[in-house]
This record gives sequence, C-alpha cells and structure tokens, in this order.
Amino acid sequence: MLTADLLANAVVAGILLGGFYAAVAIGLAIIFGQLDIVNIAHPAFIIVGAYTAYILNSRFGFDPVLVGVLAAPIFFIVGAGIYRIYYAAFERTGQESLSGLAFFFGVMFIIEVVLILVYGVDYRLVAARYIGSTWSLGFVDLPFRLLVPFVTAVALTAGVYAYLSRTFMGRAIQAVAQDRLALQLMGANPVSVKQWAFALGMATAAIAGSLLIIIGPVEPSVGRLYIGRAFAIVVLGGMGSIPGMFIAALILGVVESLVTTFWGPSWAPAVAFGLLLLTLAFRPSGLFGR
Amino acid sequence: MAKYRSLSRAWLTAGVLALFAASASLIAPAAKAADPIKIGFTMALTGGLAGAGKGALIAMEIWKDDINKKGGLLGRPVEFVYYDDATQPAKVPGLYQKLLEVDKVDLVVSSYGTNEIAPAMPIIMRKRLVFPALFGLAVNDQFNYDRYFQIMPSGPEPKLDWTRGFFDLAMEQHPKPKTLAIISADAEFALNAAAGARKNALRANFTIVYDKTYPPGTADFTPIVRAIQATNPDIVFVASYPPGSVGMVKAANEVGLKTKMFGGGMVGLQFAAIQKNLGPMLNGIVNYDFWVPEPTLNFPGVKEFLAKYQEAAKGKGVDPYGHYLPPYAYAYLQVLGQAVEATKGLDQGKIAKYMHDNTFETVVGKVKFGANGEWARSRVLQVQFRDVQPNNLEQFKGPGKRIVLYPPDWASGKIVYPYKQ
Repeated sequence: MLTADLLANAVVAGILLGGFYAAVAIGLAIIFGQLDIVNIAHPAFIIVGAYTAYILNSRFGFDPVLVGVLAAPIFFIVGAGIYRIYYAAFERTGQESLSGLAFFFGVMFIIEVVLILVYGVDYRLVAARYIGSTWSLGFVDLPFRLLVPFVTAVALTAGVYAYLSRTFMGRAIQAVAQDRLALQLMGANPVSVKQWAFALGMATAAIAGSLLIIIGPVEPSVGRLYIGRAFAIVVLGGMGSIPGMFIAALILGVVESLVTTFWGPSWAPAVAFGLLLLTLAFRPSGLFGR
Repeated sequence: MAKYRSLSRAWLTAGVLALFAASASLIAPAAKAADPIKIGFTMALTGGLAGAGKGALIAMEIWKDDINKKGGLLGRPVEFVYYDDATQPAKVPGLYQKLLEVDKVDLVVSSYGTNEIAPAMPIIMRKRLVFPALFGLAVNDQFNYDRYFQIMPSGPEPKLDWTRGFFDLAMEQHPKPKTLAIISADAEFALNAAAGARKNALRANFTIVYDKTYPPGTADFTPIVRAIQATNPDIVFVASYPPGSVGMVKAANEVGLKTKMFGGGMVGLQFAAIQKNLGPMLNGIVNYDFWVPEPTLNFPGVKEFLAKYQEAAKGKGVDPYGHYLPPYAYAYLQVLGQAVEATKGLDQGKIAKYMHDNTFETVVGKVKFGANGEWARSRVLQVQFRDVQPNNLEQFKGPGKRIVLYPPDWASGKIVYPYKQ
C-alpha cells in the first residue's frame, strides 16, 4: 500500500495540518512558553475568534481570515485587560501557580457558557469560495481548506518571530522571559512588558480561530480538544522558542498524517504524543529549548 | 327543657361534624385531581450533544402544552422536572436518583443519546419504572429490561437493522459491489453502528478492505480518505459524529473519492446548518435518516408539530427545521401519554404491558414495540441527497432534496448509482 503518491500526499497533508497547529500554539508559545502563565483558556479564546469569523462571515460574507486579522487588535486589548486582572489578583501576590490556573479554568468555562447562551450549541461553519477546492500539483493535492490556514499560519509565525527578534518591545518580551529582575534593574517595567506580550498572544487567538472554522465545524466546547495538543507543541518546541514551536507543530502534523495514512487514525495521537515523550527524554528542554 | 336543649346541641354538633367530614371527603379528591403529574428526565442542554438536546426539549415542551390544553393526563396537569446532564454520562445516575428520591416524579423518560441513556438504566430498573428512551442504539442489548421502550426506529435487532438498508441497497445494484471500507468515530454509537455494518457486510459476502476508527479531535480527514482510496473499495461506510461527517464529506470532495456508494451512518448530515454549508458536496451521498419531508412520510400531525417547533426554535440556536430528532422527542411522550390514559393510572406494570401490546398513533407514524422494547419493525431510512444547490437553507425545508430509498414501503425514489461528485 506504500506508494510514492500516497507518501507524498501524507507528508504534504501533515505539513499543512502542522501549519494550522502552529497557529493554535503560537499564542501559548508566548503566554506559556515565555511568560510562564498557564493560560488554559487560550483554546477557548480561539473559539471566540472562530465565532467572530462565523458571525461576520454569515451576516456580511466577510472572508474568515480577513475577520481574524481585523479582530486581532480587539483581542489584543481584551488580552491586556485580562492580564491586568490576573496580575492584580494572583501574580502580584505570588499566587499565580494554582490560583492562576483556576482563574483561567474559570475563564474557559465562562466563555463556553456565554457562547452557548448567546449562540446556542449548534455546530457553526463558514462559507468561502476556496473551501472545497483543491490545487493539484502533479499527484500531490493541496486542498485550499488547509492551504489557506497553512499560508496564514506561516505569515503569522514569521511576523511574530520578526517582531520578537527585531523590535525593541519584542526584545523586551524575550528579556522579561529570561530575567525579570534584570529588566527591572534596567529601569523597565516588567508588568507592562508582560501585559503587552500576553495581549500579543491573545491577538493570535483571533487569527487561529478564523483558521479553525475554515477547517471544520465549531461549537463552544470544541476548544478543549486542542488544549493538550497546543501545550505539547510548545513544550516539544522548547519553551518560548517560536521557530521551535513551528517545527514541533510540523512534526506533530506530519507524524499524525503518516500514522493516519499507513497505520490507522486512532493511533495518530498516541504516536504523536509518544514522540513528544521520547524527545523530552533525550532533550528535556525541547527541540529548541534554552 | 334542659334535656331537650342538650339533645339538640348534640344533634347540631354531630350535624356540623358530619357536614365537615362530608365536605372534607369531597375536597380531598378535588385537590388530588389538581396535583400535577410530574415527568422527570435529564437532557443534554450543554456539551457535545446539546444542539440536539435543546431541540428535543423544545419538542417536549410543545407536547406538554398540547396535552395540558386538552386537560392534562388523567385530568391532572403535566409538569416537567428536568436537569441538564451536560452530555456527561457520569452525571446521569445521580440526577435520576434525585428525580426519584427528592423530586418524587411520577414518570420518567430518558435523555438523548446512547451514552446518556445507558447510565440511567440501573436506577430505573431498580425502581421497575417504565423507561421511554430517545435515540439510544442497542442499549437494551445489555440490560434486557422489559420496561424499556426505544422511540428510535432501529428495529428488533438495532445494531444490524440500523445499517441493513445501506447494504440491502448496495446488493440490489448491478454489478454487485464486492469490496467495502469502514471508517468510524472512536465512540460508543459509531462503534455500535460499525459493528452492525461488519455483520451486514459478512451476510452480503463483502470483502472488507479497510476498517479503522478515528479519535475525537481529528482535524484533517484527507489522509483517511486517501488511505481508503488506496484500497479502492466499491462502497465506503462511514459512522461519524458531526465534525467527522463534515470532515469526511469535504475531504472526499477535495481528494476526489472514487467509489460507488458513500455514506451510511453519518450523524450531522440531518441538520440544516450543516446541510447548507456542505451544499452540493452532499449530492449522491446515501445516508441514514429518520424523517424527511418526503410525501411518503407525511404522517398525521407531523406538519402541525413542525410548524410549532419551527416557530419555537427561532433564535434559540437549534436546528431551525427540526426534521431529525424533535418529531421523535414529541412522539415518545405521545406514546407514554396514550399508555397512561389507556390504563387510567400510573401503575408502571400496567403501562408497560399496554405499551408492549398496542400500536400507537404518533407524529412519526404508527409505533409498535417488540419484546426487547425496540420498534417491532425497523424503519431506519436511507436517503440520497439530490440536486442540492449551494448556500441555500430553504431548499431543505420541503421535499426533493433527500429522496427516501429504503425501506421500500416508504421509498420516494430510486437510487442514483454509482456515486458521483
């Protein structure tokens, strides 16, 4: 059953899927990987992004990716507000480990319940001209439903990476991740930097949500399915490393796709997470960890 | 004189007491008659099955209003006591315990779905209650409970009957298809459906060339469809939940799946929002259903019920047309109500016997239960999507888009074979 076209298509499908996983995980790579904030509610915010795309797509016919980009600044502002509450309630008093986790669990449930109350529990989908079309390159098929999220995810990852490595605020975020006290000694306010970084991570949720609803139907609690995968990608990539996160996402996508094609879909998560454990056994700090 | 006075006082006292006693005996039955009959249940109002569960609740409320307008059951108004089981089977036993011990409900019915019905069974069985159930697949195979009644028209052998139509249709084609691929979600209902499909495939001498399950949370189905295509099956049977159904249909179109029959057990393709989104990608798919607006299924009362449902469903985020589950959620209460009225009481043994012995007139047609509480005769439909246009919700409200192919008694058209995208 192992043929060249089946293998090539499995690898390409895995790369495309991995790109989407990167979009889901990039916010956590900043918030969890760099700031050490266990934002378990991040996938729930991604679902809010998906619903935003759904509303503007179904009412006005806006392209979901465009909605994601337009909604990102609003998510940024909301993220800044949430970090302020988190900081005042938990981080400032040193209770961020357990109470902070409970806080984000609470936020996740509130988001789900509000979405259920406002929009009901039916599955929501978007319509776009490219969904359902396929671009064939020889014997390799590239479904636009996966290609568009992949291209967007690559652009998002490149943009975030460039921002973090080339701008003053980006370097400040990396600095606060490395040594908060040193940043304070330099006269910078680490709380403001962390607030900015948290907000940036949240902004990516708007775009990831729009990509999620392009790929498949969404209902309020579907975000829970991505919690484990997103955190695993961040850990596998090396906490806080954006290129590491992207490569880890691609590895997870390709492994899942290969296992699905040649072995069976039920084995895909087990093999992918087995690979994560194996990698961590040899490189406890992840692929690109410091 | 004093004696006379004392005698008349005694008579007066006795008269007052007698009058009081008589009036009390008159008042007591009147108060009892006004006591509501409480029907208890849990329902998936949040969580994965909530879309359907909320629609079912709307249908049940319509039945309650209808029956109360007619004077209730046994001359008593009907009340519901219900809790959200959040689509979590672990919550179900505790909630039914509460319904029975704290709320003291008179009758019980089930929540929606196999996974929510099964956990309630031990509690219900211990109390020997009649248990009308809403869309559980082969739940009673494990319990063999004589007071269980399933409204889903699976038939006497639920696992087999549920998929029988798909394979019977396949075997009617020329040349006969020979090879089969099975893909199912890794969850209770889908696994049961796939097990039935395997037995039906064996009966029809199919060679199974692909037989796999996929886990919840699978985002991309194109590798699955490609792996299936690599085995070149004549027919592809899919048992899936809504996200998987959408994923499989889209992936089949993107990959260009070449097979002769595709579908079978895809949950979700019955819901209007998903139908609208998938549009022409649905054309040619043969899939199960329980009620569609075809002329052969125009049972007395179903149009009136759907008109009420569609009005009540507005703005509630549930399926706007309610073809799939709501008529059956109305019907399982119709059956219970008719049995209570006929037996003139709440004796669970008498109600159960009546339900076994009689045929019920409901909005989903005549319902007759077999010995195991399933429908005595299967009426799982196999319908084929035809001439579906893009981005048009309204088209699914009326006939012509989901042609009934099976069972032959209810067929509204012939299959278009082989499957073409």
